[in-house]
Amino acid sequence: MSVLVDQSTRVIIQGITGREGSLQARLCIEYGTKVVAGVTPGRGGESFEGVPIFNTVREAARETNADCSFIVVPPPFAADAILEAAHADIPLVICITEGIPTMDMVGVKRALQGGDSRLIGPNCPGVITPGECRVGIMPGDVFSAGAVGVVSRSGTLVYEAVAQLTNRGIGQSTCIGVGGDPIIGTTQREALELFDKDTETAAVVLIGEIGGSAEQEAADYLRGMSKPVIAFIAGATAPPGRRMGHAGAIIAGDTGTARAKQEALSAAGAVICESPAEIGATTERVLKDAGLI
Amino acid sequence: MKIHEFQAKKLLAEYGVPVPPGRVAATPEQAREAAQELGGPVVVKAQVHAGGRGKGGGIKTAATPEEAEQAATQILGMRLVTPQTDAEGKLVHRVLVEEQTAVERELYLSVLVDSASSRTTMIASAAGGVEIEQVAAEQPEAIHRVAIDPAVGFQPHEGRELAFALDLGGDLLRPAVGLMTALYRCFTEKDCSLVEINPLVVTGDGRLLALDAKITFDDNALFRREEIAAMRDTDEEDPLEVQAQELGISNYVKLDGNIGCVVNGAGLAMATMDSIKLAGGEPANFLDIGTVNDVSRVVSAFRILTADPSVKAVLINIFGGMARVDIIAEGVVAAHREMDIRIPVVVRLAGTNVEEGERILGESGLSVIRADDLGEAASKAVEAAGKNGT
Repeated sequence: MSVLVDQSTRVIIQGITGREGSLQARLCIEYGTKVVAGVTPGRGGESFEGVPIFNTVREAARETNADCSFIVVPPPFAADAILEAAHADIPLVICITEGIPTMDMVGVKRALQGGDSRLIGPNCPGVITPGECRVGIMPGDVFSAGAVGVVSRSGTLVYEAVAQLTNRGIGQSTCIGVGGDPIIGTTQREALELFDKDTETAAVVLIGEIGGSAEQEAADYLRGMSKPVIAFIAGATAPPGRRMGHAGAIIAGDTGTARAKQEALSAAGAVICESPAEIGATTERVLKDAGLI
Repeated sequence: MKIHEFQAKKLLAEYGVPVPPGRVAATPEQAREAAQELGGPVVVKAQVHAGGRGKGGGIKTAATPEEAEQAATQILGMRLVTPQTDAEGKLVHRVLVEEQTAVERELYLSVLVDSASSRTTMIASAAGGVEIEQVAAEQPEAIHRVAIDPAVGFQPHEGRELAFALDLGGDLLRPAVGLMTALYRCFTEKDCSLVEINPLVVTGDGRLLALDAKITFDDNALFRREEIAAMRDTDEEDPLEVQAQELGISNYVKLDGNIGCVVNGAGLAMATMDSIKLAGGEPANFLDIGTVNDVSRVVSAFRILTADPSVKAVLINIFGGMARVDIIAEGVVAAHREMDIRIPVVVRLAGTNVEEGERILGESGLSVIRADDLGEAASKAVEAAGKNGT
């Protein structure tokens, strides 16, 4: 078991003929992801690595029964691509694009409200259920199947945390990169909720970072969870007022500091890792203490 | 991207926001002429990208054109230190000479995107003229907010709600709602990330006026806002950060330590800084090299780090996903070939194409220090920087 994606997930890739899109499409197929269609406007009727290409997402979804769309398009076109997938009633839309204007995402988020499509990202590594389905840009071979869910704002910190887990023989149920932008489709809180309800996920590693209040909102949900949660917050050493790469990672006001987030999560019952190098070891200890390994 | 007060006021005026009459001056003579043209008493305000200018002596009043010239002589060329600058302060190249205003009341108004609600949000407070963070901490009930539905935009009733909360009834109601509507339009049409008027004042003769203005823009939207991008003033930015951007590295932030970092991904870059600190060292910078698919970008990163004289060791921490580790390794080799690098370099590689990356480094014969994981990389970098002297 897992959340969001598994071996039966049927994936469309929007931007499959682009430089990055074609590379990621190949890697997804190699990993075993069921890539059933690609979408590139004007290239309908062609194929890529045996995968049929369509002009529109609606057509691709109708012809292939796809239930997930993976968006790999440049920032100026990303909002339109997300909305095209939502308007075609694709239940799960995963967008990795970094650099989408915030105003575009304000509109997208409003348009998705009340609808049936769930957006993951943007500016994220995607979602992977190890051994079953990779819808994203992560290096597949560091992941291993197991019972720990991982949710993170940062992509490379997912890899870092997962490599530490895998090295200790701790597998993952599903890993979700929710994205580093100020406006994202699925929040850390919602990801925790998914893992909480998943019978095969025994514990969750939550990786946050400075800026905003998403970790505090996750902490509110965490309070009622019975599964152990291990948390790390990146950016404890970042100076206030300076944006650290991610558009969301800027300390403005007290809630944005690493300390405030650690305190909120700790008060809600999470075990805090002070060092990013200790995520694997801390998770192992927590799982042992809980009798889960 | 930040702009100056005079630029922000010009932009807001185009949207119909009332601002005081004013002129920009780069010399004391120009300041005197400006005061003469304006007639009557003026305020001379340093134009730098930092708040709290009055506290540092960057804002002076002048009753006559001669006094304005004197004030400008004092302010122009000074290194203005405010609570928002570092200890060195910011060099003042220009002043804004503005008509003095009789102030009846000071209010606060701003627009930003609230990530918790995912909405553009207008914030208003009757406690203007002080930092809004201070108001939020001391009297949160004095802060009023409206989250705006992007499907329909800012509505008059939302403006009335805020206006009445600020006690702007009677003859001021319509101008207040008009000003707020203009602010929202400017925010959305120009892809701003913050528009702040602090203070917004009620003048002695009963008008609303934006006495100060601060605007920052969404860097991700500059590609479609050429007129905004043209307002950038690189004099206000750290020279190393400007150089980094010219070399195509946009995610570089200069810090105070001595260990230069090259990392892929903002989260891992922050975590690497944290690890250095935990190992007893101080990072010299934040640098997210992004998705690297060409060698020259890595060489550029080395150029930036070695241009910073405080850097005593370099830590390269790459976990390849979309970025390929072999390209990074080739870049490290190329940088050593093209440049005379004398500081110790610690390299930790993992992820996509790591075997190829290891092979390239191994066969290069370079004396880089290798590390297998993040903790080891950080402690080796701290040790190397210590040996290299500070």
